[in-house]
Amino acid sequence: MQTRSCQVLIVGGGPGGYPAAIRAGQLGLDTIIVDKHGLGGTCLNRGCIPSKAMIHAATEYEHMSAAAKGDRFGISLSEEPKLDMGKLIGWKDGIVSKLTGGVAQLIKAAGAEHIAGWANFKNAKTCIVTTDAGEEIEITAENVVLATGSVEVELPFMPFGDNVIGSTQALELTEKPEKLVVVGAGYIGLELGIAYRKLGTEVTFIEALDRILPLYDKEITRPITMWLKKHKVDVNLSCKAKGVTQGKDGKSVLEYEDAKGATQTIEADKILVAVGRKACLDGWGLENMGLDLDGKFIKVDAQCRTGMRGVYAIGDVVGEPLLAHKATAQGEMVAEIIAGHRRVHDPVAIAAVCFTEPEVVGVGLTPDEAKAKGEEVITGKFPLAASGRYLSMDAGTDGGFVRVTARKDDHVILGIHAVGTHVSELSGEFALAVEMGARLEDIAGTIHVHPTLTEGFAESALTALGHPIHITAPKAG
Amino acid sequence: MSEYRYKMPDVGEGIVEAEIVEWHVKEGDTVTEDQHVLDVMTDKATVEIPCAVNGTVTKLVGAPGDVIAVGTEIMFIATSGAAPVEEEAPAEAPKEEPKPAAKKPVEPEVSAEAPSVAARPTGERPLASPAVRKRALDAAIDLGVVPGTGPAGRITHDDLDDFIKSGGRLAARSGGGSAIRSARTAVTEEKVIGLRRRISDNMSRAQRTIPDIAYVEEIDVTALEELRAHLNAHRSEDQPKLTFIPFLVLALTKALPDTPQANAHFDGEAMVLTKYEAVHCGIAAATPNGLMVPVIKHAESLDIWQIASELSRLGQAAKDGKASKDELSGSTITITSLGAIGGLVTTPILNAPETAIIGVNKMQTLPRFDADGQVVPRKLMNLSSCFDHRIVDGYDAAMLIQRVKSLLENPATLFM
Repeated sequence: MQTRSCQVLIVGGGPGGYPAAIRAGQLGLDTIIVDKHGLGGTCLNRGCIPSKAMIHAATEYEHMSAAAKGDRFGISLSEEPKLDMGKLIGWKDGIVSKLTGGVAQLIKAAGAEHIAGWANFKNAKTCIVTTDAGEEIEITAENVVLATGSVEVELPFMPFGDNVIGSTQALELTEKPEKLVVVGAGYIGLELGIAYRKLGTEVTFIEALDRILPLYDKEITRPITMWLKKHKVDVNLSCKAKGVTQGKDGKSVLEYEDAKGATQTIEADKILVAVGRKACLDGWGLENMGLDLDGKFIKVDAQCRTGMRGVYAIGDVVGEPLLAHKATAQGEMVAEIIAGHRRVHDPVAIAAVCFTEPEVVGVGLTPDEAKAKGEEVITGKFPLAASGRYLSMDAGTDGGFVRVTARKDDHVILGIHAVGTHVSELSGEFALAVEMGARLEDIAGTIHVHPTLTEGFAESALTALGHPIHITAPKAG
Repeated sequence: MSEYRYKMPDVGEGIVEAEIVEWHVKEGDTVTEDQHVLDVMTDKATVEIPCAVNGTVTKLVGAPGDVIAVGTEIMFIATSGAAPVEEEAPAEAPKEEPKPAAKKPVEPEVSAEAPSVAARPTGERPLASPAVRKRALDAAIDLGVVPGTGPAGRITHDDLDDFIKSGGRLAARSGGGSAIRSARTAVTEEKVIGLRRRISDNMSRAQRTIPDIAYVEEIDVTALEELRAHLNAHRSEDQPKLTFIPFLVLALTKALPDTPQANAHFDGEAMVLTKYEAVHCGIAAATPNGLMVPVIKHAESLDIWQIASELSRLGQAAKDGKASKDELSGSTITITSLGAIGGLVTTPILNAPETAIIGVNKMQTLPRFDADGQVVPRKLMNLSSCFDHRIVDGYDAAMLIQRVKSLLENPATLFM
């Protein structure tokens, strides 16, 4: 067996691992990154990117369908658009392979080495990599970075297979399901369920909790609920999936307990289980490394150090929030720490986005969360229906808004939330504002470009200060 | 329409006047029943005053800092219904039609101006951009101790430069010079009101009227620290972590009966000394609003774990501003601890009318000679105490502290 040694060994090539490899390479560290399932990880191959491609295509299809049904601001189509799911998936796969190929080149250009294979640790600093060619290599590293990511949670009583699918398969269907049941109305289930609804699929949600998107308050989720209702998507809350049985014509039947405890059934072509993700802790020798766990995640400190000297863990495997951009920030940081820089993971807040219809973006505290922390807050809510740019995108009726939450005494912004068409692109300014410690006056005093949605942020700050321009000032007190 | 006249309520036993700390409404505001409209300060506690009726505020009497007698009319509210009778609403009140709120001229929006530098509670994350945070990390500087001059106390690159240049001390920035740097001329005048005024009055009175004697003694806490570490390592989940203070409280409950004049209140005008058998131990606590002294009642009846629980509960309540008036008064002796911050000696000012206050200084490991003349490392800590010298003689003060020292240096005796 070939034996190798290196300064930095990174296991997992997702949005945590690959930036760590690039940065470590840039810093002149002798770096190897091992990845089995394709560079880019869940994010590039079967998560963020392919789902955004699907959502974009679905939205185009929806617009064309609307034009076929009737005149849409003077634009109409004489017949229904045709959908070739195979070609759609192929287009999406093209984007994925372009990006993953780009990652491989970036790693190489930075001077790091990529080994396609599966790592299995013998101890904290040594692993055996079985390459895709079937060869075994023993690698001993001075520093190890674990970036093994997360996997979809499966329900034990209805495992993936046949018509029961997870988000990965939902992005690979070459035939459009006529009826889709989505178990779980969190952001993954909603994003995919809404995309399929736009493609013309009949969609039903089964959610165990009493609300959709439980991480956001009801004010934020209301526009999504409105969209679902308007598009005849059945949302069954406080309902528990129980199991799946064979139906007619190759269909499946989901059995669930409704809010009153009665057993119900629903037939569907596909049943998408989107009940969350869990850290990938199995199958790569974690048990031989002697690391401490924090619940179902690897325990790390603010520098992503595990209990073992020279062993770091980053991204989904170390816990919430399970977000690609958090993993990337930690990956870069760890590479720099190994190179001797002083770094710490200390964001004030990490923005999160849901590509639902309409989109949701949140950074920092909601008013309720701030109050629970003992803060006295003021808020400013600006309805995007009062934005010219918003109306010009034909989005004025979706209930979108920007809401800013600030501390009452010094006006420091504690959180910003928005819901609406294309608001995900506002996330950068929101995060910057919170990270820089901006006050309401800073946002109000920054000239925002007309006509863009960013004006909505400035107006929300003005609203909190009591003198918005494009809506009637809220009553003082 | 009728008018409701809201009077300064009687907020506590025997309180005849209260200080207005903050109005939460202004003239022209619509108020609802139970809405929190006013904060007043009495003795040591701030009390939130709710509104009694629905209506529109037509007039407010008294500004923050004004001390107003209980029963004075302080807020006039135009109500839509008939005024409640029970509050002695004057019969002629409805005659004068209050001006509707809408007709009030629009005032400049003072409320929109947030203070430029607001003091934030200690322990809160300092306000600084990622670039400033990175520089501080590189220079191994805790931003929590760097004064921020930016809006809302934000720490700027200049603040960090000054801090580094002054070797960790705040440097006064001189004006002139480069185009980027400029002289700062602002002078801030702040009205001292509320708790801070109360602290100021009490401190001045105590220092002016009480001739005090300070006494500092070194305590060898090596054995006590071993015991404390052992107890903490083996405590059950419902038991709080023990700090040094509970042991000192326990030692005082054992030692004070021999020097009762140090667990007493002295009224120098009436020439009356009131000695207490109970040990109600005040613990000075830094809170976001300033110094507060929550009190562990009947410490002599509590075991070490109970003292520790009470200490942590009261400390938190004081920090959160939730401590009741009762929990903030009635102490017979006070402990002040700055030891965690450092400091060799303090000369604490007596919490009048008490006759003794004990200050805890920092613990450090220092070389000392053992019985065989060998140098050994010992954990040592100073206790700095002050006594009302009119009542407590130097000899008695020394005896009390020596007894406390003996108890703390032989921790088994604390539990006998």
